[in-house]
Amino acid sequence: MSARPPIVAAEGLRKTFEGPDGGEVAALDGLTLQMRPGELTALVGPDGAGKTTLIRMVAGLLRPEAGTLQVLGRDVTADPQGVQDRISYMPQRFGLYDDLSVQENLDLYADLHGVPGEERRERFARMLEMTDLARFTARPAGKLSGGMKQKLGLACTLVRSPELLLLDEPSVGVDPLSRRDLWKIVQQLVDEEQLSVLVSTAYMDEAERCAQVWVLNRGKVLDRGTPEELRARARGLTFLAVPPAGMRARELQARMVDAPREVVDAVPAGGRVRFIRQPGADEAALGTLLAGAELLPREEELEDTFMMLLRQHAAETAGDPAAAPAPAPALDPARGAAPAAAAGPVIEVRDLVRKFGDFTAVASTSFDVMPGEIFGLLGPNGAGKTTTFRMLCGLLPATSGKLDVGGRDLRSARARARAGIGYVSQKFALYGNLSVRENLEFFGGAYGLRGRALKARVAAALEEFELDPGARSGDLPAGYKQRLAMAAGLLHQPGILFLDEPTSGIDPLARRAFWRTITALSAQGVTVIVTTHFMEEAEYCDRIAIQDAGEMLIIGTPREVRAEAGTAGTDMNAAFIGIVEQARARRRDAEAAA
Amino acid sequence: MAGALAYLAQILFLIRKELRDLFKDRSSRALLIAPAIIQSLLFGYGGTFDLTHVPYALLDQSRGSASRELVARLDGTGVFEREATLSSASQIAGQIDAGRVLLAVSIPPDFETLLAAGSEAPVQVILDGRNSATASAAAGYVASVVAAFNAERGNAPAVTIDRRAWFNPNLQSRWNLMPALIAALSMLQTLMLSAMSVAREREQGTFDQLLVTPLTPTQILIGKALPTMAVGILQSTLIFLVILFWFRIPISGSVPLLYLGLASFTLASVGIGLSISAVSLNMQQAMLYTFLLVMPLMLLSGMITPVANMPEILQIATYANPLRFGIDLVRRVYLEGAGLSDIAFDFVPLLCIAAVTLPLAAWLFRNRLS
Amino acid sequence: MRLSGTLSRLAALTRKETRQMLRDRSNLMVGFLLPLVLILLFGYGLSFDVKDARIAVVMQNDSLPAREAAMGLTGSDYLSPVWIHSMQQAEEMMMAGEVDAILRVPHDFLRQLALGDARVQLILNGVDSNTASSVESYVSGALAVPFAQLADRRGGKAASSGQAVIVQRTWFNEPGESTWFLVPGLIVLILTLVGALLTSLLVAREWERGTMESLFVTPVRPLELVLSKLAPYMVIGAIDLAMCLATARWLFEVPMRGSLAAIVGVSMLYLLVSLSLGLLISAAMRNQFAASQLALLTSFMPAIMLSGFVFDLRNVPVVIQVVSQFLPATHFMGLIKTLFMAGDNWPEIWRTSAILALYAVILIALTRRALKKKLD
Repeated sequence: MSARPPIVAAEGLRKTFEGPDGGEVAALDGLTLQMRPGELTALVGPDGAGKTTLIRMVAGLLRPEAGTLQVLGRDVTADPQGVQDRISYMPQRFGLYDDLSVQENLDLYADLHGVPGEERRERFARMLEMTDLARFTARPAGKLSGGMKQKLGLACTLVRSPELLLLDEPSVGVDPLSRRDLWKIVQQLVDEEQLSVLVSTAYMDEAERCAQVWVLNRGKVLDRGTPEELRARARGLTFLAVPPAGMRARELQARMVDAPREVVDAVPAGGRVRFIRQPGADEAALGTLLAGAELLPREEELEDTFMMLLRQHAAETAGDPAAAPAPAPALDPARGAAPAAAAGPVIEVRDLVRKFGDFTAVASTSFDVMPGEIFGLLGPNGAGKTTTFRMLCGLLPATSGKLDVGGRDLRSARARARAGIGYVSQKFALYGNLSVRENLEFFGGAYGLRGRALKARVAAALEEFELDPGARSGDLPAGYKQRLAMAAGLLHQPGILFLDEPTSGIDPLARRAFWRTITALSAQGVTVIVTTHFMEEAEYCDRIAIQDAGEMLIIGTPREVRAEAGTAGTDMNAAFIGIVEQARARRRDAEAAA
Repeated sequence: MAGALAYLAQILFLIRKELRDLFKDRSSRALLIAPAIIQSLLFGYGGTFDLTHVPYALLDQSRGSASRELVARLDGTGVFEREATLSSASQIAGQIDAGRVLLAVSIPPDFETLLAAGSEAPVQVILDGRNSATASAAAGYVASVVAAFNAERGNAPAVTIDRRAWFNPNLQSRWNLMPALIAALSMLQTLMLSAMSVAREREQGTFDQLLVTPLTPTQILIGKALPTMAVGILQSTLIFLVILFWFRIPISGSVPLLYLGLASFTLASVGIGLSISAVSLNMQQAMLYTFLLVMPLMLLSGMITPVANMPEILQIATYANPLRFGIDLVRRVYLEGAGLSDIAFDFVPLLCIAAVTLPLAAWLFRNRLS
Repeated sequence: MRLSGTLSRLAALTRKETRQMLRDRSNLMVGFLLPLVLILLFGYGLSFDVKDARIAVVMQNDSLPAREAAMGLTGSDYLSPVWIHSMQQAEEMMMAGEVDAILRVPHDFLRQLALGDARVQLILNGVDSNTASSVESYVSGALAVPFAQLADRRGGKAASSGQAVIVQRTWFNEPGESTWFLVPGLIVLILTLVGALLTSLLVAREWERGTMESLFVTPVRPLELVLSKLAPYMVIGAIDLAMCLATARWLFEVPMRGSLAAIVGVSMLYLLVSLSLGLLISAAMRNQFAASQLALLTSFMPAIMLSGFVFDLRNVPVVIQVVSQFLPATHFMGLIKTLFMAGDNWPEIWRTSAILALYAVILIALTRRALKKKLD
């Protein structure tokens, strides 16, 4: 097997981009990598690791400044078209034509790749079946949900069987169900056609499925190996901590995350805290930190190794922001918009309905959110989460029902009422042309901050989110854009925070830091409503609701939801998929009966 | 009081953001300033009906003293430039067809004899009519040269008309066109900028982010309108300076009044632009709708052809055209030295347009269903 | 094998562009509605021909000869005189824009007439110099007959010496109709606009929406992208051209002395140039906002102002003539007027076609370069 020549061979690749201050930033810094044919190879790494740059280079879209790159046995720098004729590439933001239908998009790419008629019919049938898009062939791509778009993108990329498939973060912003489908398709093609796939991902469970995993950071390879080999690096260091009665898992987790000398990483999971201890941690210090929590060893996972590698690398290159998790934000205790009466719910939604024409995006939805609560709104793409969000924020009128945010309906309330909320949208929605500081100043000003107060808040936000004030916002890597969006949404210290998929597309490290901020805010009484596709993040929530096809399927604490799903163990992902699929099956039965 | 201050401060932040966005990088700055100057220079020289060079061909078959005198008069105007001296009538067509000459003057062999006999001596003038305006202007020049020739020979008419032109003593068309450009060029930019501004924010998702802030639609409107107006007026100023100092067309009216007029004109343009922006789904649409509108607005403004020459129904339609009144305002203040009372009427349609379009745009910000 | 690949990709891309074009109503509005509006405006709305110019007549001498002379104004179709008592009032009317000119017959008209040196004063509002010149010539035309009569009455034939008279002939546009040269010019304007507007955002949009990156990693060649984006808009332009030609022929009855084949051929060539220019802007800017600004600056105003459409290029300084020679519109404008009014002038047709073809090749080559498959 190892006798076959590598399908991608990179040697000492280097690529720099101009940094915000005019200096050079190395996206790839002498990177050397080989990829074997006929298997899945994963690129994992934090934001700015160079994953996208590498993939674009393999696709012949970027020219290396130094080093050599052989793809399919050819020098891609010398003959990019020769390589492009044989590979398929799905960029992070796949270029679907929104105004063309699903079928027309597929036809276009099939024509461009010169797929002959007979083969095409077969391939289309298979792709449509795999992606479950057969019912929607006439629908314009712009009207598909995010997950469906991503599946269509993959289908367009796979209209013919390429010699090499490049996938750049294919599952960003995709719900667990679609993600599962997506991977099923890829896996099937690898198994049946010996497809060679190079995929970059922020999900460690996806990397686990790959034959080879390359961990990148700052343009360099940190480590490589099979998932098993990599997992072994964390052996003996992984545990579960069961918090003592009366302590919330995320409170314990917060303490542990703040102690980088003893703990590499900690996340809440199923009412407990999964953590990795530092190899040379002081037992006594660890004991104090755990505060009487019961310790259970657990099996190591790829994510554990990943976190360890990154923390190590960060510690070696001192001054790296990843070295220490973000400190809890220093916040002003006097919060203007925080609800005075802590007793009642701060958000009340009753029988909320939203229709677009004859399509019901949100069907009779009711829920309450209590002050200081972290409320998670989960659901597949297109389930109506974003529509619900937009109604809550007053961006979209409700067709019927009652909406009450901080005692008011934001759609009809005076503009001042919106001063109490913060909103971070799914898509990066800040001014790409302006610098980080200019964006923050603007949004601070729009929320009524001025003078010294504004300056202080901007300075605090820059520090808290580790942002370079002079950088042009549009040029930031995805993760930093997300941080900037968060910073802008939090600048005015809102009492209620709406976060629409705030962590999609950002790496595990940044997600930890992000959730550290959120839990700290919540501890200070800020109400947070958040949507996410990372099911493990649901563990941070006090309560979660799962929505599908506009309907509310379940509301409860993460533990209750897991119990309801009847899935054993602590896997929130499985619980989510279980609940949605059960509901869908019930609906199909009802439709069949009707 | 504090509330009002906060309200204004928020608007200031919006304005600063818009200006930063507009003037951020050098290429966008250049795109806002250079075209105004380049266009006003180009069009100042290019946009003229005044004949300065009339190439002509001469076919003098008379070759007498009278014909020589007539030709000397033609050549002496400095306008007529003899491109060719022909020897036969058959050569005329070649010269005119190729566009080498605008006209041919043919003096017949019996010219001298007829004049001496005291009768009418025909001079044939053949004009290239492909541009009828130029042709008729050239014909007028020839006629005045011939009239002077006749007068010299003792054929003075009984009554002469003393012509005097107010406001533009030499009747130069540049004087007519250039002040119109102060309004027209800046309208093109303001419409485009304001139409693109909201459409761009929608396309990039920032508009939602704006709408969830405590900013009111009115604040957003003001925050969008003022910077665009400032750019429009900046461009007007650049063109104004070119006209005043480069082309040296003297201004007779008051500069503050000129700016008052420009401000209300720009306000109306921005109102239209923002309304286009609010109905457009994306930037492509905003641009195309802008053009769909801007072309008729330009043509029906009186910039090139006077409104009074248009059919009645189109003249009525021009009441909805801010450019018509903008141009009228600028021309009259600039050239005629009109006072506020003379042009007061021009403000009415402009302010009406602004009063309709601006609230409409603000309402559409929030109520346009995506 | 390679050729068939190119052809099938071209077909697929063209199909895609056509669908996208047809699905956005704003495209069709600019493609069809705008030309129609322009045709009608140019045909009916715009005119340099002054009609009903208002003239304040101030009779400071009320003698019979003076009145007879001034009555000449009422005979003109173009003038509508109003009789005003005082010069002050007339001047106020002129300031207020109520009249276009003042004709003053002075106190000493009769006395001076006897001396053979009578004068009347014509004061024009020079703001609109074109109208002012027209009014001047209408007034002198209208007064010529009564003045001649006055001269006759004063002393028979004043002139014993002969005088030169002009026998004027205007070639190509005998009636001197402005529509005869505006309508051919309109073809230039419409093809310029359609080209620059419809294509100038096409590529920039694909850059902004990320579809370009996906297209790049397919066997598509840059030239195929360029050609497929031109094709559907060529069809729109061709329909516009047909619309222009039909209205020119049957609605405005502008003569078409050149051959239809030559007119259509050269127009399509110019359309290609115009579309390619829009596409180049779009490909080079990669940003819809900047592309729209640049398209505006390079297409519309220059085509109106500098192509010889309205303003004759012979009147402008050399520098501007040189600038105008760089505009493809200028070359096309000269030829299309000739083709309409003068007829097929083959040397000019070949020369202009060669220039336009050169432009097309250069622009397409540059666009292709701008679309070279690189992100850095």
